[in-house]
Amino acid sequence: MNDIKMKVNGREVTGSVEGRTLLVEFLRNDLRLTGTHVGCDTSQCGACLVHVDGEVVKACSMFAAEADGREVTTIEGMANADGSLNTIQQAFQDHHGLQCGFCTPGMVMAATTLLRDNPKPSETDIREYLDGNICRCTGYHNIVKAIMAASGQEVDRAALAAE
Amino acid sequence: MPKDGGIGDSTRRREDIRFLTGAGRYSDDINVHGQTYAHFVRSDVAHGRIRSIDVAGAEAMPGVLKVFTSKDFEGAGGVPCGWLITSRDGTPMQEPKHPILAEGKVRHVGDPIAVVVAETKAQARDAADALEIDIEMLDAACDMKAALEDGAPRVHDDLSSNLCYDWGFVEDNREAVDEAIKAAAHVTTLELVNNRLVANPMEPRVAIGEYNPATDEHTLYTTSQNPHVIRLLMGAFVLNIPEHKLRVVAPDVGGGFGTKIFHYAEEAFVTFAAKALRRPVKWTSSRSEAFMSDAHGRDHVTKIELALDADNNFTALRTTTLANMGAYLSTFAPSVPTWLHGTLMAGNYKTPLIYVNVKAVFTNTVPVDAYRGAGRPEATFQLERVVDKAARELGVSPVELRRQNFITAFPYATPVAVEYDTGNYHATMDKLLELSDYSGFETRATDSKSRGKLRGFGIAHYIEACGIAPSNLVGQLGARAGLYESATVRVNATGSISVMTGSHSHGQGHETTFAQVISEMIGIDASQVDIVHGDTARTPMGMGTYGSRSIAVGGSAMVRAAEKVIAKAKRIAAHLMEASEGDIELKDGQFTIAGTDKSVAWGDVTLAAYVPHNYPLEEIEPGLEETAFYDPANFTYPSGGYGCEVEVDPETGHVKVLAFTAADDFGNVINPMIVDGQVHGGVAQGIGQAMMENCAYDAEGQLISASYMDYAMPRAGDVPMFTVDASCATPCTHNPLGVKGCGEAGAIGSPPAVVNAVIDALQRGGYDVGHIDMPLIPSRVWQAIQDATAAKR
Amino acid sequence: MHNFELVKPTSIEDAVAALKEEEAQPYSGGQTLLPTMKARLAAPTKLVSLLGIDELRYVRIEGDQVHVGGATTHATVARETKEAYPGLASLAARIGDPAVRNRGTIGGSLANNDPSACYPAAALGSGATIKTDRREIAADDFFEGMFMTALEEGEIVTGVTFPIPQAARYEKFIQPASRFPLTAVFVAKYDAGVRVAVTGASELGVFRWTEAEEALSKTFSADAVKDLKVDDADMISDLHGSGAYRAHLTKVMTARAVTALS
Repeated sequence: MNDIKMKVNGREVTGSVEGRTLLVEFLRNDLRLTGTHVGCDTSQCGACLVHVDGEVVKACSMFAAEADGREVTTIEGMANADGSLNTIQQAFQDHHGLQCGFCTPGMVMAATTLLRDNPKPSETDIREYLDGNICRCTGYHNIVKAIMAASGQEVDRAALAAE
Repeated sequence: MPKDGGIGDSTRRREDIRFLTGAGRYSDDINVHGQTYAHFVRSDVAHGRIRSIDVAGAEAMPGVLKVFTSKDFEGAGGVPCGWLITSRDGTPMQEPKHPILAEGKVRHVGDPIAVVVAETKAQARDAADALEIDIEMLDAACDMKAALEDGAPRVHDDLSSNLCYDWGFVEDNREAVDEAIKAAAHVTTLELVNNRLVANPMEPRVAIGEYNPATDEHTLYTTSQNPHVIRLLMGAFVLNIPEHKLRVVAPDVGGGFGTKIFHYAEEAFVTFAAKALRRPVKWTSSRSEAFMSDAHGRDHVTKIELALDADNNFTALRTTTLANMGAYLSTFAPSVPTWLHGTLMAGNYKTPLIYVNVKAVFTNTVPVDAYRGAGRPEATFQLERVVDKAARELGVSPVELRRQNFITAFPYATPVAVEYDTGNYHATMDKLLELSDYSGFETRATDSKSRGKLRGFGIAHYIEACGIAPSNLVGQLGARAGLYESATVRVNATGSISVMTGSHSHGQGHETTFAQVISEMIGIDASQVDIVHGDTARTPMGMGTYGSRSIAVGGSAMVRAAEKVIAKAKRIAAHLMEASEGDIELKDGQFTIAGTDKSVAWGDVTLAAYVPHNYPLEEIEPGLEETAFYDPANFTYPSGGYGCEVEVDPETGHVKVLAFTAADDFGNVINPMIVDGQVHGGVAQGIGQAMMENCAYDAEGQLISASYMDYAMPRAGDVPMFTVDASCATPCTHNPLGVKGCGEAGAIGSPPAVVNAVIDALQRGGYDVGHIDMPLIPSRVWQAIQDATAAKR
Repeated sequence: MHNFELVKPTSIEDAVAALKEEEAQPYSGGQTLLPTMKARLAAPTKLVSLLGIDELRYVRIEGDQVHVGGATTHATVARETKEAYPGLASLAARIGDPAVRNRGTIGGSLANNDPSACYPAAALGSGATIKTDRREIAADDFFEGMFMTALEEGEIVTGVTFPIPQAARYEKFIQPASRFPLTAVFVAKYDAGVRVAVTGASELGVFRWTEAEEALSKTFSADAVKDLKVDDADMISDLHGSGAYRAHLTKVMTARAVTALS
């Protein structure tokens, strides 16, 4: 067993895990942070995205013991301090960027680092960045719209088609 | 203008708050105190005889409570099938037993053989490796045609063949259809495959069983679209648990698309094992497990013939299909290629004579059942492909050939037993051509050509039947269930409302839209209305969500219950205002006496109902809560025109979907934003089917596309922005909201539009390609180009 | 997956020592290894993580060479070689998806030598030198077939040195499910001649298309490869495309890379 300690959503946490315990298992089972989801077992769907030291990673493709000493942010840590939706989350609600909600945490985590690195992404930029996030409900249309809106850009269809 | 939060308003979804903050409660998020973990050991061969199973080694492994095999289920029933189809000769379909765990034989890769239950998930998985299972491999029946031949390996030894049924519809039309085809001026024939798909909701299935010995009560948490149906099937047919002792909860469910309708062995297993072990038992499917245990969709092989007279009027249609059932009959499998498929073969056209033959076949593959559209995509695909091919053969415009044959007068009784109540197909076609800038296509095609690409435009015009009903009719057609929906409208003393609906929301946004309807009817703010669903202990017996039925059937039930509530509230208001009941009007949450300024607020009336001091107790019961069961008089018939524009790279065969336009008629719309979203998602799944998704088996019955490494899911970069429109509305005539349903349309109308577009592009490029089977992956398109080039030489 | 011991050495020396144990396996990002372990297709008893070794994480531009540490992530390479070696940066920026690029490393990719991986094409196409804890191996000698390399048991990739070409281009045609290359070609133009490396296509893993190299070294234009034939005997044939299709794509992708560079 490995004794581990990390900061999750700003809070110090500790645990004892097997070598094989995945970060997502530690988050979901030990910390009961069930917002991070598991949608596949081949590291492809992106439902489990979290930030480790500010960078987006798949919590299903990293061992919990590797996060020892690091800062982890999950979907539960994304809302504003007063509990209201942050800009990206609000844009997802405003533009109906989610249906069943299962892929949504991963989408929000990905959108967050995208907009940090590329504050005014094009439609193509967004679609390329989301290559590792599968959504089965929305057809991506409203996710793209939501991220566009969160970046402060026009989201009407004409603007997108003109690219 | 719709009022805020009322019918027609694009109200933002209330459920989004929890999903966006990680506070959703999906089944796998539930952990029951003391729970154990089940690991299913599944067959890795398609067909084999189980010689022996030795559980001793596995049971000795750390943490293992018990290893279950079929022996433990000797008293239990099989997983039942909910629809009986009768063959042309009047005999009932062959219906093999579907055991919870394999009995004697394994019949598909993924067929469960044993289950290890242990203290932790890892222990259960580790112990599975210590199981000793000896299986004698048998030849597998995989290809449907081969499976029907004499001497083919028999999936079920106790059946007479691999033929489940041979269904003819409408049998009385058969000879007339044959004659009409013989006499036709032109016959267009097309043989095609409707590719097998895996529904792939992003949330894998989960089942948790819990048992309370003190009360003999069972609870099942499951990822289901219809918890009451699971309770009925599992309680009555599999485990013999009376319904009052069985609670089924389907909490937040991460997408369904049909595959979470069915009752699965894993649900029965955890319920059974929880009692046997006196411990809760949890099973969470992995994605790889889902590929071999979730019911698959589609998988038809079809030949369709369309006869036309010298003026290009459709005179007859004949279609012959082999439909794959897989190894066992999943819950509604037999109905999909028959009643959900044959009845739609008229499409939007006034073809007078139609005959449909379907042979359903058992194979050594995962069971096949309903997937978004279920039968209607298969009908639409073949019809819209053959119409397109006919237009090409006759040298006429595919738009005009369709228009010429459109049904224009309603109601319209088709030769395949259904009656369309409303529709306006020319309107949706016009809207499609306008929104897709059809007239500008040639200019765009020239531009593509200048870049070495081939541009194509494809059209499809679909009809579907939603809100499947009425119960007495579907009963005659073989359904073993009613197809009504229920709702209870519970008004609380202070006027807020809880609606308990039998519909289930797993992405559709019922919590928002259903509340909009109530808000509109009563005139109170939607925030005063809560929608409760997904728990048999909290909602009346309901049939759940599938077939785009929620608003049309579940919504109607809710309206009926709300009408009863309002009627009673008016009586109370009449008493309070000492007026005649007939003079009371309800508007904006106020009861008024017509023609006066006298009024009483909604909240005062509801309070009076629960604090009945000044109340006519001898005439009206206290309380304000009503339940309604709504059984529709007919299906609803959404329809629409879809257009797809593609660009083919002739060097690689790669197809880019550049634009997709959908002009739908859904009747009245409650929340346009949500309806648009449903179409987006359906279209993306349809593009997925047409372009990339393919569930493939090899000749030995091994599942080749067994994970996302080989099963291509559409990603953000694979689809364009969509143009969708639902303005051409012809309201449904037989339900109170005038709604038709919108959940499946996108997946039904889009595949033929995509394929028609690719064929159009190739033809424009000078490649005489008549058809390519889905999915149109680059290598197939490239091969078709090579073959057409070789043929030209 | 089976359980194992995860060790996190901080020096190459400690890592190599830890790897001496039987069934010990190096771990350098795990974006391929980890799913393989989930499927129980790999079951090391000890995983030696190379990610915590500072001396394995660097990108250095020195003269006409780019040096990349073995445990450097794809994201870092994409970012830090953009100016010095844009062809390499562009390849790194298109591996997998953003989350994969934040975890996967160049050493892990090369040591694994997945026949559909991107990096082997860059290494072979650049004539790179692979440095290990005990020696230097020319890329031409490093890749020995699908999932096979010249690495010995317990030997780890500590760095890769890429000679910077005049120009290079990676043309990738993806397999739509896995998003790995169905066939991808890395073309690099050096003073000494043109190198063409192909990944995704062959049962033998990444390979150099020498006929194209010769033709392109003479005339650097897409026309130069037009009439060449790619032998499809060893090409992968599967659900997504036949060997003949991959052979065809090899030619098309090569021509496109050349056109883009011309």
